[in-house]
Amino acid sequence: MSYALQTVGLTKKFGGFVATDNVSLDVATGSRHALIGPNGAGKTTLINLLTGFLEPSAGQVLLEGSDVTALSQHERVKRGVARTFQINRLFADMTVLESVLLGVCERRGLATRWWRPLGAHADALDEAAQLLVQLRLSELANERAKNLAYGKQRLIEIALALAAKPRVLLLDEPAAGVPTSESRELFETIARLPRDVTVVLIEHDMDLVFRFADRISVLVSGAILVEDVPEKIAADPMVRQLYLGEAAHG
Amino acid sequence: MSSDALVDLGPLRRASRWRPAEVAFWLLPVVAYFVFPENHLLLSQIAIVALFALSLDLILGYAGIISLGHAAFFGIGAYSAGLLAKNGIADPIVGLVAALVLSALAGFVTSFLVLRGSDLTRLMVTIGVCLMMFEAANKLTRWTGGTDGLQGIEMKPVLGLFRFDMVGTTAYLYALAVLFAMFWIARRIVHSPFGMSLSGIKQNVVRMPALGTPVHRRLVAIYVIGAGYAGVAGALLAQTTQFVSIDVFSFSRSAEIMLILVLGGTGGLYGALLGTIVFVVAHDRLSDLNPQYWQFWLGLLLVVVVLFARDGILGALRRVAAMARRRPA
Repeated sequence: MSYALQTVGLTKKFGGFVATDNVSLDVATGSRHALIGPNGAGKTTLINLLTGFLEPSAGQVLLEGSDVTALSQHERVKRGVARTFQINRLFADMTVLESVLLGVCERRGLATRWWRPLGAHADALDEAAQLLVQLRLSELANERAKNLAYGKQRLIEIALALAAKPRVLLLDEPAAGVPTSESRELFETIARLPRDVTVVLIEHDMDLVFRFADRISVLVSGAILVEDVPEKIAADPMVRQLYLGEAAHG
Repeated sequence: MSSDALVDLGPLRRASRWRPAEVAFWLLPVVAYFVFPENHLLLSQIAIVALFALSLDLILGYAGIISLGHAAFFGIGAYSAGLLAKNGIADPIVGLVAALVLSALAGFVTSFLVLRGSDLTRLMVTIGVCLMMFEAANKLTRWTGGTDGLQGIEMKPVLGLFRFDMVGTTAYLYALAVLFAMFWIARRIVHSPFGMSLSGIKQNVVRMPALGTPVHRRLVAIYVIGAGYAGVAGALLAQTTQFVSIDVFSFSRSAEIMLILVLGGTGGLYGALLGTIVFVVAHDRLSDLNPQYWQFWLGLLLVVVVLFARDGILGALRRVAAMARRRPA
């Protein structure tokens, strides 16, 4: 089996606090891998380590077998790792089209071109337009990000990540704060992604996780408690007690 | 299917076109040439300061790099052009190019100090760099003339054709032509993918690396461009006044240009130009009225602008234009 993303003994300490504790993870190419766990379990920290947003205290991150631990964020994006953020990180004053085009230009190596206007790069423009269609944002192409509803802004988050044409896509609670009706639509969009894109997902809605994921890792206090297929995870007594039980009460 | 049919690309394609208001704006300096034939010297000063303000807008308005020491590059440009002319290379255009290259180089070297850290750190470091330049010019009296300034600069005619005259007509047309050319280039830059990525960095610095942007490299690039622009402005001042005073490096010059840009409005290129016109004209008129207390009125003007038009004159004009568009509908 080939792995898109692996970690070996990945550890992150903030002072005395261990946020990520010796995590060794193997994410198969093309899989839909969910990370679940209670608040503060270190899920976002793990994503931050995978993307290079944070530097690990120990351990390695492997991308398609090669060590990328020393690479910075933007270099990893060039290697095919893209992410969304749990809290929107958008360009408030840009239109949806401009934002996505910015990402497309960056991937195509056009972002250092300084003479012809943004709108004159026809191929990039085509690609950005296609992406908006794919995410059903075409009607809003010329609206500024700050004027859009939260659910639509979450779609821009995903569009920006997809602009990098990732082979590994890390989604940090893509539906957080989105009404249920819209989150369904959002997940349909994610489910339509090509199968050769590997998706790692953090999500609290267990319905969505069990429907979407083909593999689940449960994180507790920074360490992986258990990792398995969804059916086994659902039946695992430890998981039920530690996590699902809590969620049922909450 | 073509993407035009799927998504309305019109607004984006039109974004970089010249608007009628812009064309009208650029007719102003031409009109001024004929209406104020006695004031060509003052008009040349406006053009030069406008170019300096434009250079700050490129780094502050577009990339969000705050600087209170931007005069460092203005001064390097001024001394480069002045010293070159004193040493026998008195062609104005050659002087401009030399000033551009040297100040851009200085921008590159200092960028690694400046671009570290937060806004407050940048503020301190830019002030520090400029102070060091000031003291260097102060100390190297053999070359710079120290506090007496660099005197005895004699320029050859522009393009070998236009001699600098006493009323400043050549100076004005020369400075205006350089300003317009460099404005045009700056306008291309800010509408390009590169310019857009700078706006991206300014609007959300955390997101940019996640798009694959090497943020630091981009900031260095625009800092170097901004430094080069400032250097050309400094060179124009040296060439048209045939003198370089040591206060090209003064803190008040850095502060003043920031003030002009805030007054005019950041991040729109025209804000730099509008701010300069208002500031320099107000300065000239008010100091005529009362040589001692003119800064009071300038201060009042600033307070009013900041209170009632936070995004400067340009922002206020844009709001008025937007209101005017809405009313007839």
